[in-house]
Amino acid sequence: MFQTVLPYLLSGISVGGQYALIAIGYTMVYGILRLINFAHGDVFMVAGILMVYISAAGVPLYVSIPLVLVATAVIGFTIERVAYKPLREAPRMSIMISAIGVSYTLQNLVLYFTGGLNQQYPTIPFISDTVTIFGATTKRVTVLTPVLTIVLVAVLVLLINHTKIGMAMRAVSKDFETSQLMGIKINAVISTTFVIGSVLAGVGSMLYFTNYTTVIQTSGAMPGLKAFVAAVFGGIGSIPGAVVGAFIIGICESLIKGLDIILIKAGITKSMLGLTTFSDAFTFALLIIILVVKPTGLFGEKTTDKV
Amino acid sequence: MKKIIALALVMMLALTASAVAETVKIGVFEPSTGDSGAGGKQETLGIQFANKNNPTVEIGGTTYDVELVYADNGSTSDKAPSAAQSLVSEGVSIVLGSYGSGVSIAGSPYFADAGIPVIGISCTNPQVTVGNTHYFRICFIDPFQGTVLANYTKNTMNGTTAYCLAELGNDYDVGLVHYFKEAFEALGGTVIEETFPTGTSDFTSYLNNATAIGAQVFFAPVSISYSTQIVEQAGSLNVPYALLGSDTWDNNVVIEAAKGTNLSIYLSTFYQEGGNPEFDENFKAWLNSDSEALTNNGGNDMVAAVSAMGCDAYNVALEALKAAGSTDPKAVNAALGSVTYDGVTGHIAFDEVNGDALRDTAYIKTANTTDGVWDFVTVQSIAK
Amino acid sequence: MNNASAAPRRRLTPGALATAAIVAAIYVAVFVSEQFIPPTSMLFTVLKKGATYALVAVSMNLLNGFTGLFSLGQAGFMLIGAYTYAVLTIPVAQRAVVYQYYDGGAIQFALPVLPAILLAGLAAAFFAFLIGLPVLRLKSDYLAIATLGFAEIMRSIFQWDKLGTITNGSNMLRLFPTFNDFNIRNADGEVVVYLSTFIPFLIAGVCIAAIVMLIHSTYGRAFIAIRDDEVAAEAMGINLARHKQLAFCISSFFAGVGGAMLAMYMNSVQAKSFTSAMTYEILLIVVIGGIGSVTGSCISSFLFVACSEWWLRFLDQKQVIGGWEVPLLRNGFRLVVFSIIIMIVVLFFRRGIMGDRELWDLFNEPRHRKAKEGGR
Repeated sequence: MFQTVLPYLLSGISVGGQYALIAIGYTMVYGILRLINFAHGDVFMVAGILMVYISAAGVPLYVSIPLVLVATAVIGFTIERVAYKPLREAPRMSIMISAIGVSYTLQNLVLYFTGGLNQQYPTIPFISDTVTIFGATTKRVTVLTPVLTIVLVAVLVLLINHTKIGMAMRAVSKDFETSQLMGIKINAVISTTFVIGSVLAGVGSMLYFTNYTTVIQTSGAMPGLKAFVAAVFGGIGSIPGAVVGAFIIGICESLIKGLDIILIKAGITKSMLGLTTFSDAFTFALLIIILVVKPTGLFGEKTTDKV
Repeated sequence: MKKIIALALVMMLALTASAVAETVKIGVFEPSTGDSGAGGKQETLGIQFANKNNPTVEIGGTTYDVELVYADNGSTSDKAPSAAQSLVSEGVSIVLGSYGSGVSIAGSPYFADAGIPVIGISCTNPQVTVGNTHYFRICFIDPFQGTVLANYTKNTMNGTTAYCLAELGNDYDVGLVHYFKEAFEALGGTVIEETFPTGTSDFTSYLNNATAIGAQVFFAPVSISYSTQIVEQAGSLNVPYALLGSDTWDNNVVIEAAKGTNLSIYLSTFYQEGGNPEFDENFKAWLNSDSEALTNNGGNDMVAAVSAMGCDAYNVALEALKAAGSTDPKAVNAALGSVTYDGVTGHIAFDEVNGDALRDTAYIKTANTTDGVWDFVTVQSIAK
Repeated sequence: MNNASAAPRRRLTPGALATAAIVAAIYVAVFVSEQFIPPTSMLFTVLKKGATYALVAVSMNLLNGFTGLFSLGQAGFMLIGAYTYAVLTIPVAQRAVVYQYYDGGAIQFALPVLPAILLAGLAAAFFAFLIGLPVLRLKSDYLAIATLGFAEIMRSIFQWDKLGTITNGSNMLRLFPTFNDFNIRNADGEVVVYLSTFIPFLIAGVCIAAIVMLIHSTYGRAFIAIRDDEVAAEAMGINLARHKQLAFCISSFFAGVGGAMLAMYMNSVQAKSFTSAMTYEILLIVVIGGIGSVTGSCISSFLFVACSEWWLRFLDQKQVIGGWEVPLLRNGFRLVVFSIIIMIVVLFFRRGIMGDRELWDLFNEPRHRKAKEGGR
């Protein structure tokens, strides 16, 4: 039984780690701006495309990797300044629509530049080598992803809890107006949030596309949505929550794809049920259930609306 | 006054100019974006190559210039209707395409309403031509291809269990898996069938499923973008079974992904490079002389089967225009059924029931993972 | 919003008269042009699709603009409507062809078009009722993401192989009656009167009129009160849960009808095409038209469809003007231009084309208009 389930768990953990890196971006932005940054999944995709183009230009990896991360950070920063900052006083619906607009724009720009064809992601040596664990063969990135994710999250949590900018972030997410009165440079804090989120999405994209090597303009949409669900599931605004949520969703998704076979092997069912059809839908079912049962998510804080 | 005279002169000039060079429009209904974009571009290349060689056609004693009108159906059945309508509104006499069966089925009613005939190039699902009089096709169909692949799996690869994977809502995949299953089970084999939602990029679970049930063959007749992912991930998982593809896999993007792995991959297709050396040579020379064409072919000068098919389809269309003696779509439609043509991919003639090509051979190729090319294995046919 | 705008509605205002005249003129123009312009013209594609999108956009506006419920489930409800319509109307003789992998399917009867459209709406409303019970308690963006998720779940259920005898699995449904079947033909099969554009206009028009009447009823005013201030509305005795549920179901009903119309326009239906991208598209139409304006949604639907299907198509092809090749033009450029326009509207013209005004407001006396704007 364990041997049957193990390969699914492995790929689930790996996918979960990648979702986690994207989910952090969602959860941090939401914590501060109360905005679902629909464009975040597309920033992740653009990071993938940038890597394709920069590598195609013959730039060596030790240059291209930092370059992509910096470029992704700049994109995140620019999106915030251009599309969200002017709408800060507007109703929440407007800023969310702006986010959808940005997502639409990024996808169409990539469609234009790539001609709408799949781009082959460059091979990053070492992490794309094949390894064997407990008899299951996989890429090394599968094993590295969760480790790297946890390290990055630990660093991030330290940053938020023990630095001045981290304290400012916490203050802003608690009370936007008051922290402004206290002399916190709100725009700097928001920009920092977007930069951190984008860089993590960039790292996530490197791990993700090393595993699943083609990038197209819609590549970011589904991982983005799922990462968002992970963030909500874990309690939006909470970084550990987002990470836990992402791993749960990644593992469930992977298990569902193999569930028919697992059930048949275990002798529970006799024939195929076609459950893989629901591998995406399951994530959303989970979302609706958690929203209805515990709207604040697993680790979320209770907030009260003031009249 | 001067202005009016000038205007009248210009108009007269324009009129006489158009009288000298008559043009006939041929619609190219192909995906250039989306999951099948790479294949659609190669098919279009075949059409463009044929157009370069035969840029004019004589219809009813007048020489017409052929103008290709393009519409990108985006590889999805929801973009196909507006693409089809844009061709109809351009007033094309005949349409070529498409790569992919779903888009062909979705576009079909618009051409039917306007009475425009269509020549399917590599849309193999039977539904494309069933029950209509305007859709023809020059390729074999899926019941045939499914049977060929099932026979090959059973007899040559000695497979008894096959794992089949199709994309949800892709008529081509679902249809081919259906016919493969039918034929393979009739031969005494076992088939496990699964589907994945559009946009999936993690295929490792599916590959693991096939390992878990002890399949000898993993049959996934999916679009190029998915087959690339499958090949790539199968390579890193070091799967114990052979991968089996269909005509969509016959693409240099897929072989590129297989290069350097130790996978064994087989596929069936319409044409094998070397089948017509003259065509191959000219086509390669053209690709290498035109950088845009080379890019559209995936960056190298490998001859894809669909390019050869595209070339033939264009020439069949010209034959139909000649036979009709008119550019009126309805006349072309009436003439098309009895057109025969000896093309690059063999003799082409249509049956009377559905307008399908009378073809009984498919080429089996295998991946040469060291050199990154498709090697010819055998010609398969089934007794009718 | 104050009562001034609603009070004088009993007598015919100049605005109402002018609106009626304009709408009548549009219908006559559509009917006449359809008889004389060849049916292959892109104009009719745009008009048919535009009418469909106008209805869906107005139904979304009812929810997002007038009730203040930010729902992103539109594609899901359209999917339900489109499938209900298609499944119920495929002629029995054709079922064996369509349901080729499922032995002709389980349903062996076919309904006429109009009852099927009605049922399409009712089916969507029924699902809206079910999903509304739990999710309508959620606040703004949570509601958005829950309804978006609901649409994705619907898409998977309709694709499920085990329901194949009804939904044809993930495969295409086709060969059902389409807009072209509204054309009146003589015995030889030649079209005598073209109605394939007029009828969709009629269906959309009737539905939109119903929505406008709803907005101006007591219920509509309650919806607007909820949008403007939930707490105050509740204090005034408006039953929040009931009214939200009502708005959600009605909006979904019309989205379902819109889905059926989309099926007729597309000639085939496939669950795969009802993605969240479709919802975003409709949302952008609503935003461009002006959130809270029915007229705006209608105008922007036609503009949006015309630009994307017709007027801006040239941007996707190489253009040579006098030997000079225009740079940048190639496949996909149309969408880039499009998205930039949308971003400009979203950022700088947040009120869209119409803001929250309607066609009739433009003709009413200024005093009246000012009263309405002052109320916001």
